Amino acid sequence: MIERLKWHHFVGLLGLAIVVAGTWIGLFVAPAERHMGDVMRIMYVHVPSAWSALLCFTFVFVAAVASLWTSRKRWDAYMTGGIEVGCVLTALLLVQGSIWARATWGVWWDWDVRLTTSLVMLLLFCGVLALRSFIEEANRRATWSAIAAIVAFVDVPLVYFCVRWWRSLHQIQSSPETVNSAMVLPLRLNAVAFLLIAIWMIAIRARIELARLQAEDAPEPEPLAIEER
Amino acid sequence: MSNESRSRKVLAIVAVLIAGGALTFLAMGGIGENLVYYWSPSELKEAGEGARGATVRLGGLVAPGSIERGDDGLALRFAVTDGTETVAVTASTVPPAMFREGIGVVLEGELAGDGTFHTERLMVKHDNEYRAPEEEDGRSMEDLVKSLQLENG
Repeated sequence: MIERLKWHHFVGLLGLAIVVAGTWIGLFVAPAERHMGDVMRIMYVHVPSAWSALLCFTFVFVAAVASLWTSRKRWDAYMTGGIEVGCVLTALLLVQGSIWARATWGVWWDWDVRLTTSLVMLLLFCGVLALRSFIEEANRRATWSAIAAIVAFVDVPLVYFCVRWWRSLHQIQSSPETVNSAMVLPLRLNAVAFLLIAIWMIAIRARIELARLQAEDAPEPEPLAIEER
Repeated sequence: MSNESRSRKVLAIVAVLIAGGALTFLAMGGIGENLVYYWSPSELKEAGEGARGATVRLGGLVAPGSIERGDDGLALRFAVTDGTETVAVTASTVPPAMFREGIGVVLEGELAGDGTFHTERLMVKHDNEYRAPEEEDGRSMEDLVKSLQLENG
């Protein structure tokens, strides 16, 4: 059993253990927010979703450059895993944010710069995945999906910095000074946990993708000879 | 080195340069000056006649002591301030539970002829402070105005 458990499974199990602890502390130990009450506890998954999604897409950028530079299938597979996990996290981010927004801002959605750039990030990387599925030939697919991913990455720093550069409905980043100290611990625990789970998911997904890419290259198996009598 | 892997390296460099150029343009290109999410009360007053009749967003703090609710529970009057200028607001919408004096709001609506701003979409702009119920909010009006990030483009 032990030799079957690869390193990434330990990372994932550690992440799951920490997310249970972080969420428990967030729900039952940390105080409710002075004005927002209990709904603010959605922060303990919303902010970690955002951080890990942005880190996923930053990894995608690195993997895309490495894929073009080395022409190795491994990087193409990592890039694909990163995009898929990043898209799931961004979709979660938008849903959590919308629920929180309805309770505090009074609206489900507004075309604020933070919300818009986040939605654009999801659409751009879904676009890269769509492009990937349209190209049959492996080398061309690796090349063009990497280029598309590098261009799509432009939006990622915008998601982070837009609230500092432009006016928005969304608040700017918090810091330990603007957050009650008892709220910082569950936030940090869940941030680490989400990151570990994202690494786990990317590793699993990249292995599957690499096996698929290698199978594409393998020669067609010989048809089984049927003995004629 | 094969031709194909060389051209792929060139593509990598070109793609990174395009991405970097696009990001620099967006960050430094002054897009914020043409694309303002909301106007402060000072900017709305400065625009004067130019702001009339168009749907705009007004952002600021709910001025302390300015909230008046009508007898029917529907009409809501308050004032929005940025510490310098103040605009009177009438709202025909139910405000979110977070609505109170001193909180940031972003209002979508129109400036009427008499200088009051009428809104049907009232959004609360929460800042990045998260506090426990027993903590006092010792911030002054200036601190709260700062939390609006009006200096952002």
